Amino acid sequence: MTERLLEMEDLRVSFYSRDGENQAVRGVSLHVDAGETVGIVGESGSGKSVTAKAALGLIGPPGKVIGGDIRYRGESLLGWSDGRWRKLRGNRIAMVFQDPMTALNPVKKIGAQMTEVIRRHRGLGKAEARREAADKLREVGISEPERRLDQYPHEFSGGMRQRVMIAMALSCEPELLLADEPTTALDVTIQAQILDLLKDIKARSNMGIVLITHDLGVVAQVCTRVVVMYGGMVMEEGAVEDIFYRAGHPYTQGLLKSVPKRGGGLRERLVPIEGTPPDLLDPPPGCPFIERCPHAFGKCVERPPLFELGDGHRALCWLHDAEHSAAKVPGAAAGGTDAETVGERGASDE
Amino acid sequence: MNNAKTLVEVRDLKKHFAKEKDVWGRTTQVLKAVDGVSFGIRKGETFGLVGESGSGKSTVGRCLLRLYDYTAGEVYYDGQELSKLGDQELRPFRRRIQSIFQDPYSSLNPGMNVLELIGEPMDIHGVSTGSARRDAVAELLIKVGLKKEHLSRYPHEFSGGQRQRLSIARALSVRPEFVVCDEPISALDVSVQAQVVNMLEDLQAEFGLTYLFIAHDLSMVRHISDRIGVMYGGRLVEVADSDELYDNPLHPYTQALLSAIPVPDPGAAAKRIAWDRSSWSGEGVALREVGPGHFAAIP
Repeated sequence: MTERLLEMEDLRVSFYSRDGENQAVRGVSLHVDAGETVGIVGESGSGKSVTAKAALGLIGPPGKVIGGDIRYRGESLLGWSDGRWRKLRGNRIAMVFQDPMTALNPVKKIGAQMTEVIRRHRGLGKAEARREAADKLREVGISEPERRLDQYPHEFSGGMRQRVMIAMALSCEPELLLADEPTTALDVTIQAQILDLLKDIKARSNMGIVLITHDLGVVAQVCTRVVVMYGGMVMEEGAVEDIFYRAGHPYTQGLLKSVPKRGGGLRERLVPIEGTPPDLLDPPPGCPFIERCPHAFGKCVERPPLFELGDGHRALCWLHDAEHSAAKVPGAAAGGTDAETVGERGASDE
Repeated sequence: MNNAKTLVEVRDLKKHFAKEKDVWGRTTQVLKAVDGVSFGIRKGETFGLVGESGSGKSTVGRCLLRLYDYTAGEVYYDGQELSKLGDQELRPFRRRIQSIFQDPYSSLNPGMNVLELIGEPMDIHGVSTGSARRDAVAELLIKVGLKKEHLSRYPHEFSGGQRQRLSIARALSVRPEFVVCDEPISALDVSVQAQVVNMLEDLQAEFGLTYLFIAHDLSMVRHISDRIGVMYGGRLVEVADSDELYDNPLHPYTQALLSAIPVPDPGAAAKRIAWDRSSWSGEGVALREVGPGHFAAIP
């Protein structure tokens, strides 16, 4: 059976400022099992990074978790002390961020930084920890690890620094790895290497990986499951094939159509999503995509539930409501969702 | 398109920066950001320039704008060599050549409202004044998908995508012929990028603009460009029509670069081609024509 690592239920996070309450995360439910790579996709302001930070207990003032629950292996994490969180973060959940330069201490050798982490979390001796650090560097594809351990962060290139970060994260042998835009700052050739590395880690271990990104290409290449976020909510989730081949939410369909297709005619016009994302200081009460959605109808002013479209494939959209499907041709959902699929599977309220 | 006349011609362009200086201010180490680049841009086309960070692609763009004085080589614009011109003689070219940059947050003066922002270059180049100017600005706003009511607003009241539209309106306010677009969409949200790309294409058709499109997002560059140049280490390693370049890349670096694009299709198996500069024997080889209109720096 699958081993459930992380689970969020109806999570709500808000940030308070002079302008009011910014409802960054508005009722997000998701889970991550051991051995899977879950992509959380969304644009800026979708709430994807805030969701990840919440899973690490890193929401501090002016932000606040105002509702819902976060569980790790079935145990609720909310209300934990800083010390407990810190233990969880080091030993069981590790993280990698976009910019490795801000996460590494610039005046300390890589070896010293790595052994410090290893010794604290795994209680190894100095020499052992150093051997372990060298092993991890080798594992992430850094040659001559013994020599590299005695270098400072600035002596590494951007891609190499990100490898060091991943090696450091792996050195505690975590069960769950959270990577927030780990390749966004890198060149495309280096990005490819880091993505291959993540795939390789997944193949070798039973680690759960969460990859937060705005890049659909990255998601398609490495993730097994995808969660699409928009306006602080989960719009759709499903296996990577569900999302790319059978997208059930107009937002997901719109995103897929707005990127150029490989091999598509040179001057084939892009199909953009018109408009801009909602203002989360004053979000629409219903579907956050309502103002940009080509299929919006009366019902969309109410918040939709997640409709089940298939095994583990769910979309937050009234188009999949049984009532609506009966009244209208659901094929209007366009963009690859054919009428039969929606009709047959029906829609079950959750 | 092939018969169109060349609007911009770059010949053996070099731009070196002093990396280190000794105590007397003499340069001891030189960074060759651009090191011998030649290409031409035809009137009405979009020429894409791709490459990794540090490849020199933005430096080429800045040289074309004369934001940098270049170390060697020539840039001809409509037959006129730009490096020889003084500030006064350069003025008309500063109108004809405009630019759009990556960051719509830092490229607009936060203390100016929309009318002032877009009207300023019109004033400088004496394009129009007074109420005619106000009307022209309002018309431009509508062209870039904004509203007349936005005239008195300030940059902070706009989203990233809208700010980029303002930058574009500002660039177009003086009726330029050639626009250098340096990463114009990379700071924008995915769902907004396509809007801006479509708009750039529409404006090009309407005003007969010529674009130099500098970017690292290879799939978008392919989409918008007629021809593409690939830069590596300050040099051009390959130039070809977009489709030809993507279907038939000849330089090993181009091959590696294209194979690294993450394809938004989980079924597409990634066949990565690795690039190893140290084992590449063609270092310093000049571009040569290997097929009709296809140039590559291969032995």
